[in-house]
Amino acid sequence: MITTIRHRASFRTGVAAAGLLALLTVNACSAAETTSSSKVVNLHTPSWVGAEVNTAVAAYLLEHELGYTVKTKQMDETPAWDAMSQGKIDAILEDWGHPQEEKRYVEGNKSVVAAGDLGVTGHIGWFVPKYVADEHPDVTDHKNLNKYTDLFKTPESGDQGQFIKGDPSYVSYDNALIKNLQLDYKPIEAGAEATHLAQLEQLYKNKKPFLTYWWTPQWMNATLDLVEVKLPEYKEGCDQDKDAVACAYPDVPLKKWMNAKFAAEDSDAAKFLKNFQWTTEQQNLVAKYVAADKMTSEKAAEKWVKENESVWKAWLPKK
Amino acid sequence: MSTTAPDPVVEADAPEVQQQGLSSWTAWRPSPPSARTLLLAFALLLPAIALLGDAGWPQALRIDLVPTLDSFADWVVDNRDTHPVFLYFLLHLSNTATASVDWVHGLLTSAGWTGLLAVSGTLAWYAAGAGRHGLRHAAVAFGALAGCGLLGLWEPAVETLALMLVAVAVAAALGLLLGLAAGLSDTAQRALRPVLDTMQVLPSFAYLLPLVLVFGIGTPSALITTVVYATPPMVRMTALGLRGADASVLEASRSLGSTKWQRLRTARLPLARHQLLLGLNQTIMMALSMVVIASVVGAGGLGESIYQALKTRDFGQGLTAGLAIVMIAVWLDRTTAAAGARTGARPGQRAAAVATVVAVVGLLSGQFLARGWPEGLTVDFAAPLNTSMDWIVGHFYQDVPVLGGTDVWAGGITTWVLNPLNDGLQALPWWSLLILAGLTARAVGTWRGAVTAVLALAAVGVLGIWGKSLYTLSQVLVAVALTLLPGFALGVLAARVGRVERLLRPVLDAMQTLPQFIYLIPVVQLFNAGRVAAITAAAVYALPAVVRITTQGLKQVDPAAVEASRSLGATTWQQIRQVQWPLARPALLVAANQGVVLVLAVVVIGGLVGGGALGFDVVKGLTGGELGTGLVAGAGIVCLGLMLDKLTQPKTPSASAAPAARH
Repeated sequence: MITTIRHRASFRTGVAAAGLLALLTVNACSAAETTSSSKVVNLHTPSWVGAEVNTAVAAYLLEHELGYTVKTKQMDETPAWDAMSQGKIDAILEDWGHPQEEKRYVEGNKSVVAAGDLGVTGHIGWFVPKYVADEHPDVTDHKNLNKYTDLFKTPESGDQGQFIKGDPSYVSYDNALIKNLQLDYKPIEAGAEATHLAQLEQLYKNKKPFLTYWWTPQWMNATLDLVEVKLPEYKEGCDQDKDAVACAYPDVPLKKWMNAKFAAEDSDAAKFLKNFQWTTEQQNLVAKYVAADKMTSEKAAEKWVKENESVWKAWLPKK
Repeated sequence: MSTTAPDPVVEADAPEVQQQGLSSWTAWRPSPPSARTLLLAFALLLPAIALLGDAGWPQALRIDLVPTLDSFADWVVDNRDTHPVFLYFLLHLSNTATASVDWVHGLLTSAGWTGLLAVSGTLAWYAAGAGRHGLRHAAVAFGALAGCGLLGLWEPAVETLALMLVAVAVAAALGLLLGLAAGLSDTAQRALRPVLDTMQVLPSFAYLLPLVLVFGIGTPSALITTVVYATPPMVRMTALGLRGADASVLEASRSLGSTKWQRLRTARLPLARHQLLLGLNQTIMMALSMVVIASVVGAGGLGESIYQALKTRDFGQGLTAGLAIVMIAVWLDRTTAAAGARTGARPGQRAAAVATVVAVVGLLSGQFLARGWPEGLTVDFAAPLNTSMDWIVGHFYQDVPVLGGTDVWAGGITTWVLNPLNDGLQALPWWSLLILAGLTARAVGTWRGAVTAVLALAAVGVLGIWGKSLYTLSQVLVAVALTLLPGFALGVLAARVGRVERLLRPVLDAMQTLPQFIYLIPVVQLFNAGRVAAITAAAVYALPAVVRITTQGLKQVDPAAVEASRSLGATTWQQIRQVQWPLARPALLVAANQGVVLVLAVVVIGGLVGGGALGFDVVKGLTGGELGTGLVAGAGIVCLGLMLDKLTQPKTPSASAAPAARH
């Protein structure tokens, strides 16, 4: 009895070992193939479409024009900054301003360096849908917002008006603005960008009034007609103290950043990524291919690259 | 039963009789009021207390940990390239993690798609005991993998599978070791219990950023997070299996002169096989639920597909990727469950030979065909899914005759339930809530539980997140109520009607394994961003467990009792209410407790759709780089969990049964 069991057990072990060995041999063959190319660039794929297409276009050109292998890694912004400082990704192509991370990695341990402007200017502000602005023309000035708390109030905000906030990771000082401008509004977190967009789209479809944190460039601007609410004018330094801030958001020239070592090597890839610069319209067009026309970002990048040779020729490093 | 319970009056008098004269006033003292009476009296007094005392937690009793934790992050960043702890230990750990997942991924890819299909099919067949019975399991395994390919998700599915295999292997090994310790030593059992609870309730979002800082992005952090979350069930089931081993078998083994180690290997572990495999099964399910979280730090796989799809609000594509996760879960669940349920003889040599041949043929053909899934063999489900979702949202959002639509309901719940509940909690002075928590826990369970509940609630105040925690608590309470009502109803229905149970099973499977990120979009479209959306998402997640435990509890009620009541002419309703319900009470209490724990587990997800407070802070901790805020909010959720657990967990049957057994 015991011997037969042992017999079977050893037979099963044999089978398992043979199977594993077979897989290993097979694996050994394939492992050899993938280690040939050393020209690898790691790029960050962020969580919003506009920045995703920067990466897609850069990756397409790096692969097809400069012969690199590009690995894209999708993750949130804060982890991405840390990954860049450790050299696990080489560059971030669209940054809206991360003072805390800049202090830690750029000035602090000097593991990240600036790589120039993206060419796109970002703008953050407060927006209402056009159908609200048409009906109440003076709603577009913050001074009149307290007149309209009833219009914007929801069960969630109680007696106050509701202000819809954006993704928790995005640059914002709305809570301070509402307090310092003495607005009778309650900020409600709409959560991640995906749910924020879903919420706005739903309200827009049903022609409901809303007041929200919003920004350009943003591919959904093609389908949502929003009007900006005027906030007190931005002056240099008025947003220094995050608790006392009472002015509009500045226009942000979006920046590119690189791992310091990667930049110092000054490879073709690093030169190319420093040269990479395009306009808001160009970015929005490719973003629309992805978000509205449901193309994959690779296909969208390919389409744009084929149609705009004159634009990207200038980005390639001089031979 | 009631005859054996001591008469409370007699008990109260007994010491007095013995210790006459020791303290004269005890002679006329009436029996002390029960915790329930106190609770009721206190609850009636609450409105008056709210008017008298100051609301909220006093400033003086606070400790702000946020700056300390934030400076820890800076320290890590400054020292991780030079400090020996990183260089000689943590770096190795992170490199090993990456290397092993890459290796498994290479292994899976090199098998080719036919090879992978053949191997997984035969493994499932063999695990289920071969023969005709095993064929069904082979079909499930084959179908699940082929399904991932058909949906056009072969590549990400293989990536996810690689990460999951390593994570489950590590979690199972670790769980087995800890489980052995907990199963063999009472001290270890007591020490591990709070650790395991924390591992499951502390939201992974909270510790993901510290992990990223220490171990780097991608595989290492994702792997560690998954292991932390997936290990506890393995530990618990291992310990349970070892403790439950038949004493007579062990005695027999001992009398044959076996050493302790031999007994463990030849008797205790084999006897616990069923529990071990159930533990493994649960570990796999938990690990799979971390797939999306892992993608937030760049681990790729199916989680990334979901994340990418939702960015463009392509609900259909996101759901498709979610279904791939569900299919993998069903496959692994059924295979491990079959291996656990298998009884009788092991499959013979012939079965092994057949399995080997099929696998080898598959592997070989995999070498000649393309490695990945053929591109022509895919089906696009996204468009019809999007259309049907739009239809549902379009028809239920507003202007539904009589019912009013989801928009109106959400408003109603917010105005009439959530706001008053939150306002009420916030208006109460801190000490009155501590007393309330203590009395409730005492009325439900033990003194020890009451002390824990009070301390947990107090910790929330000390951490300086009193107001936020109460805001979250009010949502949790409503979500639990909304989960339990339909959960019990469905459970009763499923227990009585077999067809309902069979129909519900795949739906419940999907609800439990589908990543919550996917249904957040329709939930927001239906209920608007806000607390009701958060509560709905939580209820969807917690409902399956409640339904399952209720069904099981009711079905285990002695059929003879039900039969007897029926023969006495009881109506269906009377049978449920007077026979099944009281007899199934322990199971129902477990269901309620699970409902609370699971609702808490998705508080963070609620933060993504306007739940605010603790859940939002935890998310902000990771995505906004505010480590301190995130960790403190995470600790707040753990404290709430601890408290609610004590408020809903009755005296454990084992604790009350143990003294009885000693008589």
